[in-house]
Amino acid sequence: MDTKIKIGTCWLDGCSGCHMSLLDIDEGIVAVLKKADIVFGPLVDAQEWPEGVDVAVIEGAVSSQDDLKMAQTARTRSKIVVALGDCAVTGNVPAMRNGIPTRRLLERIYVEGATATPGVPTDGVPALLKQVVPLHEAVKVDVHVPGCPPKPNAILQVLSDLLEGRTPDLGNKLRFG
Amino acid sequence: MSAAPSGKGITVTDKVKVRIDGEVISASAGQTILEVARTSKKYIPALCYMEGLSSVGACRLCMVEVSGVARLVPACTTPVQDGQAVVTTSPQIEAYRKMTLELLFAERNHVCAVCVSSGHCELQALAQDHGVTHVRFPYSYPRLSVDTTHPRYVLDHNRCVLCSRCVRTCAEIEGAHVWDISGRGVGSRLVSELQRPWGEATSCTSCGKCVQACPTGAMAEKGWGVEEMAKERAVVSRLTSMRGGR
Repeated sequence: MDTKIKIGTCWLDGCSGCHMSLLDIDEGIVAVLKKADIVFGPLVDAQEWPEGVDVAVIEGAVSSQDDLKMAQTARTRSKIVVALGDCAVTGNVPAMRNGIPTRRLLERIYVEGATATPGVPTDGVPALLKQVVPLHEAVKVDVHVPGCPPKPNAILQVLSDLLEGRTPDLGNKLRFG
Repeated sequence: MSAAPSGKGITVTDKVKVRIDGEVISASAGQTILEVARTSKKYIPALCYMEGLSSVGACRLCMVEVSGVARLVPACTTPVQDGQAVVTTSPQIEAYRKMTLELLFAERNHVCAVCVSSGHCELQALAQDHGVTHVRFPYSYPRLSVDTTHPRYVLDHNRCVLCSRCVRTCAEIEGAHVWDISGRGVGSRLVSELQRPWGEATSCTSCGKCVQACPTGAMAEKGWGVEEMAKERAVVSRLTSMRGGR
């Protein structure tokens, strides 16, 4: 019987730096994978967030309709949700657009700023939300791991705590930016 | 309250005894709770307080319990009194300090990841020390300007916490009084010379002490990248002590 803990990861409006930092836990990944399987995310092939995930690790802010849907799916199908990195925790750089109306923003970039084929893209791209919000404003978040990106040792500590059934406490590894 | 003969012909020595977190500490009358606590290595957090400047009680991080007083009081503006018992930390005080820090983050656009002062910022350090893992209040995302008109320095309103350390440094140490706070509440803004751009402020001597006094990345020297703007905060306090505290 498979009793391994199921971890899902996803990447909303972010730069993938937090996933890079997750890979940067070096040999720590071996210890993690002894106890857990990564069942969804940019690091594996699954097409859909599966049911019955134990830990959802979410990078990035909630910026588009797709981000919101993904966050909600991950939340519904997972026991514990971890907001990974400053974008998920605070909105960070993606939220810097919040003072600007989305239409104005898209026109500035894709019309005024374009030289080849000006025009706001609509096909195959999700609609932007009016405001970028941190993950906990979209769904309930259980653990916050700030940092841009969070240091590998902070990620490893949180994962180890969760895998051992402890409540994660970053202590002096808590760091913004 | 200088040494003056009392009515009974005894010279008041101006010495008081206070109890801070249970420990009896002697202090001079006129000293604030914060000054006394810091001299005896007791930790009380503060953002708007700076040694060598007047105290204004703006940031509300140094709130402490004083026996017999029903509300919390700011340690930086409350003078010690003989027999006073002060409690510097409790679950209630900690909850308020955390909330205060979160509200400071929610009020402006503090983006540590792209800030020149990241790693040298007092607001960031306080949040980390007090276990602020996230901000429970919705961010207000105000649209704020960045004043780059001064040839050597930048003022970024996105990072300003309205502590007024720059205002007091300029007025009390440099004697130029370029800075002031205009407006009310969340509409408050730091202004140079009645809304004139910093670069056009004729009273500014370009000494840069306001930049060094600033606890965040709101004021910085030009030319520094992310995490590069380390500050010489001790310079302001040192100047006052060299003048004998005047």
